Amino acid sequence: MTEATGIGAAVKRREDLRFITGAGTYTDDLNQPGQAYAVFLRSPYARAKVGAVDGSEALAVDGVLAVYTGQDTSADGLGDLPCGWLVKSKDGSDMVSAPHPPLAVTQVNYVGEPYGLVVGETLAVARRGAELVNTEFIELPPVAVLGGAARADPIHEGLAGNLAFDWELGDQAATDAALAGAAHVTALEFANNRLIPNALEPRAALAQYDAVSGEYVLRTTSQNPHLERLVLSAFVQIGPEHKLRVIAPDVGGGFGSKIFIYAEETAALWAAAKVGRPIKWTAERSESFLSDVHARDHLTRAELGLDADGKFVGLRVRTTANLGAYLSTFASAVPTFLYGTLLSGQYRTPNIHVQVQGVYTNTAPVDAYRGAGRPEAAYVVERLVETAARELGLDPAQLRRRNFIQPQDFPYQTPVALVYDTGNYQAGLDRALELADYPGFPARRAASERAGKRRGIGLSCYIEACGLAPSQLAISLGAGVGLYESGEVRVNPTGSVTVFTGAHSHGQGHETTFAQVVSDQLGVPFDSVEVVHGDTGRVEFGLGTYGSRSLAVGGSALVKASEKVIAKGRRIAAHLMQTTPDNVAFQDGAYRSGNQQKTIQEVAFAAYVPADYPEDLEPGLSEKAFYDPKNFTYPAGTHIAEVEVDTQTGAIELVNFVAVDDFGRIINPMIVDGQVHGGIAQGVGQALLEHGVYDEQGQLQNGSYMDYCLPRADDLPSFLTDLTATPCDHNPLGVKGCGEAGAIGAPAAVVNAVTDALGVRDIAMPVTSERAWRALQGVAGEGV
Amino acid sequence: MAALNKHIHLRVNGVSHALEVPANMLLVELLRQRLRLTGTHVGCDTCQCGACTVHLDGRAVKSCALFAVQADGCRVCTIEGIGGPGGLHPMQEAFRDCHALQCGFCTPGMIMRAIDLVERSDGLDEQAVREGLEGNLCRCTGYHNIIKAVLQGQEAMEADDD
Ligand code: FES
Ligand code: FES
Repeated sequence: MTEATGIGAAVKRREDLRFITGAGTYTDDLNQPGQAYAVFLRSPYARAKVGAVDGSEALAVDGVLAVYTGQDTSADGLGDLPCGWLVKSKDGSDMVSAPHPPLAVTQVNYVGEPYGLVVGETLAVARRGAELVNTEFIELPPVAVLGGAARADPIHEGLAGNLAFDWELGDQAATDAALAGAAHVTALEFANNRLIPNALEPRAALAQYDAVSGEYVLRTTSQNPHLERLVLSAFVQIGPEHKLRVIAPDVGGGFGSKIFIYAEETAALWAAAKVGRPIKWTAERSESFLSDVHARDHLTRAELGLDADGKFVGLRVRTTANLGAYLSTFASAVPTFLYGTLLSGQYRTPNIHVQVQGVYTNTAPVDAYRGAGRPEAAYVVERLVETAARELGLDPAQLRRRNFIQPQDFPYQTPVALVYDTGNYQAGLDRALELADYPGFPARRAASERAGKRRGIGLSCYIEACGLAPSQLAISLGAGVGLYESGEVRVNPTGSVTVFTGAHSHGQGHETTFAQVVSDQLGVPFDSVEVVHGDTGRVEFGLGTYGSRSLAVGGSALVKASEKVIAKGRRIAAHLMQTTPDNVAFQDGAYRSGNQQKTIQEVAFAAYVPADYPEDLEPGLSEKAFYDPKNFTYPAGTHIAEVEVDTQTGAIELVNFVAVDDFGRIINPMIVDGQVHGGIAQGVGQALLEHGVYDEQGQLQNGSYMDYCLPRADDLPSFLTDLTATPCDHNPLGVKGCGEAGAIGAPAAVVNAVTDALGVRDIAMPVTSERAWRALQGVAGEGV
Repeated sequence: MAALNKHIHLRVNGVSHALEVPANMLLVELLRQRLRLTGTHVGCDTCQCGACTVHLDGRAVKSCALFAVQADGCRVCTIEGIGGPGGLHPMQEAFRDCHALQCGFCTPGMIMRAIDLVERSDGLDEQAVREGLEGNLCRCTGYHNIIKAVLQGQEAMEADDD
């Protein structure tokens, strides 16, 4: 029996064989003859002037090849690391993007910021050298606490209030009026806790320069090698684009943190040319904690107004977003266009106004991490809705139903810029309630109470905008690049197919899913389709993988390229069958006309051996396409969490988690399910365990796995997942994207469940057992 | 300060090696850098992620938590020694079958740990597997499918024993 491999089949992943046998090739697994090793000099202070950097003792160590600092990179004319999204403040002015040299030159602005590097024959020698570098620092008072940034001294010269932008979206006057006239207003004030992404593979780079050809090759942990090449050539100006090859080999997870163009791979590439040797750098985990971008970190006040019938009339949101010390690659887009635009949620809220102040602090840069702005938005909306239901004594499910955008409302224009394409929110909610046995909850709660425990249930009906992004819209909103995707489908002379995609897989399984798509389009065996990605030397161009965009945008490009292949093949087949192309039908890998038939493999052979061939047609059967999406896609769903709290210890057990998601059409349900699981784990991590904490001196308090609490196997239950489907109506596959849903839906569901169990109005994330215990004491009247 | 070198003998995946190693070289460094067995990964610097898990004389250990010299006279088995494309270990099969990996970075350590867990127990249930894998981090899968895989791998290993 042959396994089904077409669209919709749970095909086992072809990439797995190398990973389960230890044959994967991650960046640190690679080596180059003659390679040297880099160790970075990092600031021990959150804010300080950098004085003299004395490398003489280090250079005296046998095997230390070089000590470089920001002075050297700037003397060589290396450009700044840019932020690729220009946000405008509400007064029309451009955001203030502070200069961000790859290596700090005169001032360091967060603990762990690189200001130099030592290159040595071995890693041990480079480390020893780095320890011997003497650097003069003049400490300055840091701005480490988000709440105090506006009143503190400017981190960057002349930047009053440390304000990068003051952005707004929506109709303020109408929203104010709606809230003033509301029968009930629910207001909450909370933080969205700072997270540290922690892909399990630390960032790494293996950089080479060939002085004869002038070519640079950078192997690195990137989610978007072409974007990395573009930035390194156009902005940092290391070398011209055609002399720069960026390869992202197997990459051990990204979740956003490997989108960005970082100092380390930039400096390593530059240094490889300087010392004339390949240079290898791999982060230690403690370096990852300090210098990978962090995520979330908002302070928000939000108010939801309802009329006497429980209909939402207005939503007002005021957020201060921590950007860290510099604007990372997409930092400005995350708390604005990926956040404010999602505040309509699944609801017909007629008036929404959001204001976001993006603020610099002396902490690691903050940028996109799984969900990127959308988890923060879903948290605002779903915490408010649940709280409003409790205040009004309504069933939270019922209040949501009353306000859902209805199936007949699509396309639905929200008051915050987006036009939702398709959806059926009621269907998702109903299925989730059924899977969670919502009606049975009171009995389960009673049973828990008999055992001396508290039980709670919480809903979250999230929405996300994925499939980033229609280029013109994105560019009009400030994006520095288009967000289309490229693909190439090359039918080889023997009929096998090589597929090139600009998307990048770092766990998502594109080598399998994309092969399913193309094998389905061309009607060729799955095993005859090979997918190539992650190498600017092999793939023409690409924007990479983030924002749940690979299939919706990259997959669509492959459909378009396949269609071009089929169209060209039709002309060849018509010629071979002595008819006209419009008499030829293509299905299941064969062209047919009357009772004649030519397989696509026969046609491919004819295309490369054009003996009997249309006169005006080029040989070959290989086609490229760029797909620019017409709209975002809008995955949505309902997540339900159920928790049990030990009243003695405050320990919270997540006893059940249900996720029902609408991702449109599904190519590989097994992979989709896996993506949902991983997202949920990260969302639960945010709600219950994870928090990146800086003290007032700007020192990261939990920079290791000993004290930053990543979810472990025994922190989580197995999950109950299911799907509903309203296909996307504007991309050829009907797909919406599935990578981020779990991280977006879960936090509010969990906190709604915990507050339900504890009987409190609000509680801060992460809800540790200590916080829960304190809340319980408060409830019991024994003080907090 | 040059580290003192030591002579050690060990068998790795059935092959004997006589090596001179710095006294402060970690076992994982020996495996990855000297023997180029790069299936064993390094995910942290505090011995807490489990990506570096190998078998030392048949027991799962974190190879970043041992010096190479501590493996002197021992048998070491890494993911490469458990099974290859031509003959997978049932636990490897189970991981693939259950989609228990995404980026694959934690996978070798998970599989090595899981095999040891099964070998040293008589019948693990879900909770026991979750507790047994507590020292191995995975950031991709949410563990859901890893748990499934270990239970399925356990069954297959027991069937193989029969
Ligand atoms: S590398 Fe050994 S436990 Fe993390
Ligand atoms: S599969 Fe990526 S860390 Fe486990």
